[in-house]
Amino acid sequence: MTFLNAHAELLITLVKIALLLFIVLTVNAYLTWFERKVVARMQSRWGPHRVGPYGLLQPAADGLKFLFKEDPTPEGVDRVVYYLAPLLALALSLTSLAVIPFGPEPLRFFGHDIYLSITPPDLNIGLLVLFAITALSVYGVALAGWSSNSKYPLLGGLRSSAQMVSYELALTLSVVGVLLMANSFNLKDIIVAQAQHPERGIFGWNIWPQIIGFLCFFTAAVAETNRVPFDLPEAESELVAGFHTEYASFKFAMFFIAEYTSMITVSCLCTILFFGGWLSPFPASWTFTHYLPSVILIPFGLWVIWSGIRYETIFGRVILPGLGTVIALLGLALAVFPGVNSFIQAPFWFLAKVFVFLFVYVWMRGTLPRFRYDQLMSFGWKLLLPVSIANVVVTSFVILLRSGWK
Amino acid sequence: MTPQLVIFFVLAALAVAGAISLIFQRHPIHSALSLIVVMVALAGLYLLMGAEFVAAVQIIVYGGAIMVLFVFVIMLLNAGAEERTSFSKLAGFAGVPLGMALTAFLAAAVARPAGAAQAPGNAAVLAPTRTISEMIFKDFVYPFELTSFLILVAIMGAIVLAARKGE
Repeated sequence: MTFLNAHAELLITLVKIALLLFIVLTVNAYLTWFERKVVARMQSRWGPHRVGPYGLLQPAADGLKFLFKEDPTPEGVDRVVYYLAPLLALALSLTSLAVIPFGPEPLRFFGHDIYLSITPPDLNIGLLVLFAITALSVYGVALAGWSSNSKYPLLGGLRSSAQMVSYELALTLSVVGVLLMANSFNLKDIIVAQAQHPERGIFGWNIWPQIIGFLCFFTAAVAETNRVPFDLPEAESELVAGFHTEYASFKFAMFFIAEYTSMITVSCLCTILFFGGWLSPFPASWTFTHYLPSVILIPFGLWVIWSGIRYETIFGRVILPGLGTVIALLGLALAVFPGVNSFIQAPFWFLAKVFVFLFVYVWMRGTLPRFRYDQLMSFGWKLLLPVSIANVVVTSFVILLRSGWK
Repeated sequence: MTPQLVIFFVLAALAVAGAISLIFQRHPIHSALSLIVVMVALAGLYLLMGAEFVAAVQIIVYGGAIMVLFVFVIMLLNAGAEERTSFSKLAGFAGVPLGMALTAFLAAAVARPAGAAQAPGNAAVLAPTRTISEMIFKDFVYPFELTSFLILVAIMGAIVLAARKGE
């Protein structure tokens, strides 16, 4: 026990890392399922529906497929860099999640305060760490393209590094407005600064004064994550599969996981910087909104049970009602225990907002066509960058005027 | 050995190994990657001294933006592995003594009991973002603006050169 007490901080951090990795990788897997389902709905198709009820086991099947596929190394590749690139992409995108705070209140556990983030909550450079990791993450894609010794991946790698350099300026400048308003790089302080007027609820968030900054930030962030409409590095209609053409099996899966993880990170960042992080959109005095998680979870659980007992396969008729019962009981537990209920509010709102942004990502993929390369460049340099600089200037003038030209 | 010291030696070894590898690699991309390792290791050392902001900016500016441009240009020119040539005579006669002299100077400067250099504990107090910004935009505002003017001139020069080539 003395060993446990002496190294409690370290052990708690290790457990938190393992837990976060498990959750994020699972969410990644189901994000692919969600994306395929939603895009299928938009195109009047069914999407995955054979493996498991409603295709829910499709991610597991995909994962197994990636693990057991042959993993050939093409001839003439630069071996070290070829193996390094997917590792770099995955490691950096997973690292960026370490600084995200998911809730304000620490969990009391055997006398230790466990905060809902891996780094300590007083990390003063949280946002800068995220930008540093974003700045490095281009190497995964660029080096994969270069080391493959093949012309399409090389073009993809070139495109990605040019795109990253062009959009990183706009990405960084677009959040300066938020930083000026919060007066801190600390992600927790940025959220707390949006709760200065608890009675305003949703109208106290940064999105209203910083709507231009948000639009610039989200556009640049989508470009940084190489997603539609900025997915020129992979552009399957022009470059076969772009930078990961020569990658197979689990090395390909690593790029895939890296991309989805950075989608989650960007969604978390949008939530924190512009949408009040874990803050509830309702005024603080409306305590009855604390039952909202239960109000959503219980009917959803009941609906899953109802649709499950009529499902066509026997497996589905067993699994779905079981899943529905778990969800409904969870919702009931949240309503019954007041301590759990008040603790869950912050993570609930945080995750709900992140989910909305993930849906927007999928929505854009189902809707928007890809940019042409020259359009991408002129959009980044001639529109996004000047607008975000203007946003910085206007924000600083307004802040200066309000503080009375000190 | 405190954990800080262990981390310092790991990072320092990483930086030195990266620098040596930068010189001895035959392919430009491998050299560029080694330089990135050096930059990141240096950022780690800054972080160890409590200079959080400088560490993050080191990675964003040097490790990210500048080295991405290096890698981009190397990829764009599709530079191949370089031939290894014999040691040049100038390097043998002048370079080796100069290198040794420089090392001796640095060693002497480090070994001298530090007056100006801060102990690592104090740096944490000295390097918050506010202090740095006050230094740049108040105390040293004219040198800072002059530097940005210099960079502007360099950018315009690059544009003029590029435009002339197109004619």
